Amino acid sequence: MHDPITPDPSRRSFLKRSSALAAISLTPPAMVRAAEKGFDEKIAGVFEKMPLSVTINGTKQQLSIEPRVTLLDLLREQLHLTGTKKGCDHGQCGACTVHVNGRRVNSCLTLALTTEGKQVTTIEGLSKGEQLHPMQEAFIEFDGFQCGYCTPGQIMSAVACVREGHANTPDQVREFMSGNICRCGAYSNIVDAVMNAKQGGKTI
Amino acid sequence: MNQFEYTRASTQQAAIAALVKDEHAMFLAGGTNLVDLMKRGVTSPSRLIDINELPLAAIEQTATGLRIGAMVRNSDAAEHALVNRHFPLLSMAFKAGASPQLRNMATVGGNMMQRTRCPYFYDTAMPCNKREPGSGCGAIGGYNRMHAIFGASEQCIAVHPSDMCVALTALDATVTIAGPKAERKIAFADFHRLPGSTPQKDNNLQHGELITAVHIPFNHLTNVHYLKIRDRASYAFALLSVAAALNIKSGTIREARLAMGGVAHKPWRLTEAEKALKGQPANETSFKKAAAIAMEGARSYGHNDFKLKLAPNAIAEALRLASV
Repeated sequence: MHDPITPDPSRRSFLKRSSALAAISLTPPAMVRAAEKGFDEKIAGVFEKMPLSVTINGTKQQLSIEPRVTLLDLLREQLHLTGTKKGCDHGQCGACTVHVNGRRVNSCLTLALTTEGKQVTTIEGLSKGEQLHPMQEAFIEFDGFQCGYCTPGQIMSAVACVREGHANTPDQVREFMSGNICRCGAYSNIVDAVMNAKQGGKTI
Repeated sequence: MNQFEYTRASTQQAAIAALVKDEHAMFLAGGTNLVDLMKRGVTSPSRLIDINELPLAAIEQTATGLRIGAMVRNSDAAEHALVNRHFPLLSMAFKAGASPQLRNMATVGGNMMQRTRCPYFYDTAMPCNKREPGSGCGAIGGYNRMHAIFGASEQCIAVHPSDMCVALTALDATVTIAGPKAERKIAFADFHRLPGSTPQKDNNLQHGELITAVHIPFNHLTNVHYLKIRDRASYAFALLSVAAALNIKSGTIREARLAMGGVAHKPWRLTEAEKALKGQPANETSFKKAAAIAMEGARSYGHNDFKLKLAPNAIAEALRLASV
């Protein structure tokens, strides 16, 4: 018979297990509330957030995030900077390329917490208001895209490629743009865009 | 990705102490391989100790060579004037690896610690003795086009994917490792392991140890080349690669160094071929003879049968390109 006064240990442990499982996949806010009510202190640990101070496109952001959030997901899901694209999410396609302290990186493999105190530039931070960056203009002029999905990553990579001094010949551009895959195959126009932006005389 | 705790280490001692405390903790450097492995559920550390702020990112000339800090980014090492001047072979290997974005992130220490790219290792639904000891090897009798032809075992035929490590093996580098008690040094060639019956262990680093630097001794190699053969022109792992370095004087080979990537569980030094080249004229006949000697003991597994022909051709070609 079930004793109404003594809590049933097996039922409690079942709840703990199932809530911990749910915590991994479902309804975080509800689980955090449950944790706050003292149902399971372990769950609070699961959702522990850490402070992050990072400057994104010139604006200092004070954030609170889970350690497992990548820079890509932070940009897209929390800051709604959806110009940076998620292609493969495994560092193989370059669609997520952004600049961290001026260097191009794959934001999908960058844990957001590792950008503490750093400067992040995304495609949204490249233009000056309505005035496009010369590399953006060159991609339009030379038709450096078809579907456009890889384009923000291509442009961020291209700007870095020129600034690094790796855009001196078409062959060098091909090699140093190899981290950005274009499934439409706009490669030859991308090379033209990068070369012309570099030779156009404007500051890249 | 599973949950984990995150700690930033400000000193080497603090980083090591934090790792020692938790047997499931790991260091986070560039993250280009580790974060991917965590996303795929292959690796699930309880805690990441971020070592990106540790002061280990210098390249310094010593009395006997170059010391490259473990946190130097691959792109910075590739472009560094001292590396280019003294060890062009290493610059070539760095530039052959990954993409510009990944090279900006990846560190020298992390490059050494990267895991194999064997598809069975990455697919948690498949058997893999490296990921789950005792579960079997999916690649033996499976899809093994990228796999080893030297030094493999019944447990594992995976290869180490690095380019940098192949050059450092040929250059007789030394690894400096800090531990909870003391620092130790290990020859680069002894850092990585063959799979044997413990393929889950890629290298001889112990839990609680931190790679702090590699040291490359100056040499008298006059002719070098890093040849990488892959499925596309850039940004792909090696089907195989060859680091060739020679000292040639008046057309005669005084010294030879040869190492291969993409053929074994560790960078594969071709010691017997090196011996065979010493004192020989730097010509096609010598190169082909050395390549044939290097292939002794090679064995393939089906899809990678082509490597038995490709490897000697690549060795001879790398030597030829180095010699001109």
